[in-house]
Amino acid sequence: MTRFRRRADIAALVQDDRVHRDVYLNEELFALEQQHFFANTWSYLGHASQVPAAGDYLAVEIAGRPLLMVRQGDGGIRVLYNRCAHKGSKLVSDDCGSTGKFFRCPYHAWTYRLDGAPLAIPLKSGYEGTRLKDCESGRGMVALKHVVAYRDFVFVKIGDAGPDFESYFGDALGAIDNLVDRSPVGRLRIEGGVLRNVIHCNWKMYLENINDTVHPMSTHESATQAANALWQGQPADAPKPMAMEQILPFGAGYDFFDRMGGRIYPNGHSVLGINFSIHSGYAQMRDYEQALSDAHGVERAAEILQRSPQNSVCFPSLALKGSPQAFRVIRPLAADRTLIEAWSLRVEGAPALLFERSMTYNRLVFSPMSVVAHDDVHLFENMQEGLRGEGNDWVSLHRGFDPAEFGQTTLEVNGTNEILMRNQFRAWVKFMTLSMQD
Amino acid sequence: MDAQTERRLFDFIAHEARLLDAQRFDEWLALFADNGRYWVPLRGGAQADDGSHNALADEDRLLLALRIERLKSPRAHSQHPPSSCQHILQQPALVHGDARTPHYELRTPFVYIEVRGERQLMLAGCYRHRLIDRPGGLRIELKRVDLLNPGATLPAIQLFP
Ligand code: FES
Ligand SMILES: [Fe+2]
Repeated sequence: MTRFRRRADIAALVQDDRVHRDVYLNEELFALEQQHFFANTWSYLGHASQVPAAGDYLAVEIAGRPLLMVRQGDGGIRVLYNRCAHKGSKLVSDDCGSTGKFFRCPYHAWTYRLDGAPLAIPLKSGYEGTRLKDCESGRGMVALKHVVAYRDFVFVKIGDAGPDFESYFGDALGAIDNLVDRSPVGRLRIEGGVLRNVIHCNWKMYLENINDTVHPMSTHESATQAANALWQGQPADAPKPMAMEQILPFGAGYDFFDRMGGRIYPNGHSVLGINFSIHSGYAQMRDYEQALSDAHGVERAAEILQRSPQNSVCFPSLALKGSPQAFRVIRPLAADRTLIEAWSLRVEGAPALLFERSMTYNRLVFSPMSVVAHDDVHLFENMQEGLRGEGNDWVSLHRGFDPAEFGQTTLEVNGTNEILMRNQFRAWVKFMTLSMQD
Repeated sequence: MDAQTERRLFDFIAHEARLLDAQRFDEWLALFADNGRYWVPLRGGAQADDGSHNALADEDRLLLALRIERLKSPRAHSQHPPSSCQHILQQPALVHGDARTPHYELRTPFVYIEVRGERQLMLAGCYRHRLIDRPGGLRIELKRVDLLNPGATLPAIQLFP
């Protein structure tokens, strides 16, 4: 049964101030997202530091397509489909590694250069007089056309429709600048491994939560109360262990989260915590601040360090934290299953403490063994089940709705305003329907 | 190693697992030395102890206490319904220690099962315990949990493998 064939069918799911539950539940919509939405938007693929040398590769699946990011001989980066031109075997089946100077298919040993061009075929004479050279199979591995490495963050767009990189992200790229500029030499490295969770909920639910400031008080009550109880009685100026420094602020009140402020950008991107955030209170380091000032000038250094947003969303797949230097990648697996990866970053030229903060935060908050995330995950899975109930087909996003918000492209609002989520869904409709027929 | 000491060490490992299965977490925490550490490295047995790689959990007594306090809260939403667990241990092997030193190191292959509602999670791996013998009895300085698949995409693990 196909229910969502026309643009209007999709648009009807997202009203001004609420969304239909089908956007989370419906398998047909998930298939359409794979086909349209993720082809028309820019997805984060990987970080250039993961493929340091020629021949290094990173294998990632985006919207069901197996992709390979490969470091070229000339230092550039290419993204190929991980598919042999002969019969389709994946060229590599490890998550990452080095292929050396060329790819060799494990099945019949066709080989390819690092850019995917065909190199050699066994029994070559058998192809004489055939049409192989003139068809797709003779042309080697297929490279993606739309690939941008922005300050080492590599993004791809699968289809030809949809905006180019700059017009898609626009000023939202400031979040990546802020993160990279925390390095006096302007370089970050992925280190320390990735924490991978599979959550039985729709990917959009997870993404919305990244912008949800009203849940921490009630959702994380058990963790913050336990932390408070253990920390009670300590003098106000007692040095906090890093874990306490990171967990206690989750208990901040509604007023705190409201005042932290948020900003939306066109195409679904947003920054939460434009004034301050739960990360603003981390102990400062004089030497590091000095090194940053030397590198960027006093003014820019102050600007970088004062900005510690709660989350910056590069819609739809990336959520960044400037401090601690960490990010999450959202990878949808099915309508009701989402893979979340949490990566740590080493800031080159900065004290080791920053890297420790990054790893500690990811471990405390995003590990499958996190004490903070258990309650989030439980509630996402609860919602996924609860929404199957009848009698109310809609999910409310009314908080802070103002008809005047339409037509505004970039907008600053209070931190508890659900416009950050409305903004995501408006972008969802846009990119779902962009390449549909009518 | 005399048989009596060996018996004592093996009993300690079994006792520790039984406390977890019975959810007697406060008593379990009391088995740790003041500088005790519970560590589930992200690369399992291949991981060096040099801080260069992250972990699924890396907790001192303060963080373990936090975990245990949280589990007691009626507002620990993820514990409605509650989780329960079962450790299945092989016979430990003593890898280090003799009668003259108060330090012992043991390896214990295990299977861990955690259930909650309709869901069941199974983990397998090997414990590496570093124990110290004190006048008050044996204490855990390090419980290292080397999972077979620590890098896999895992669902929530809520208790203590
Ligand atoms: S499938 Fe790759 S060589 Fe045949
Ligand atoms: Fe949360």
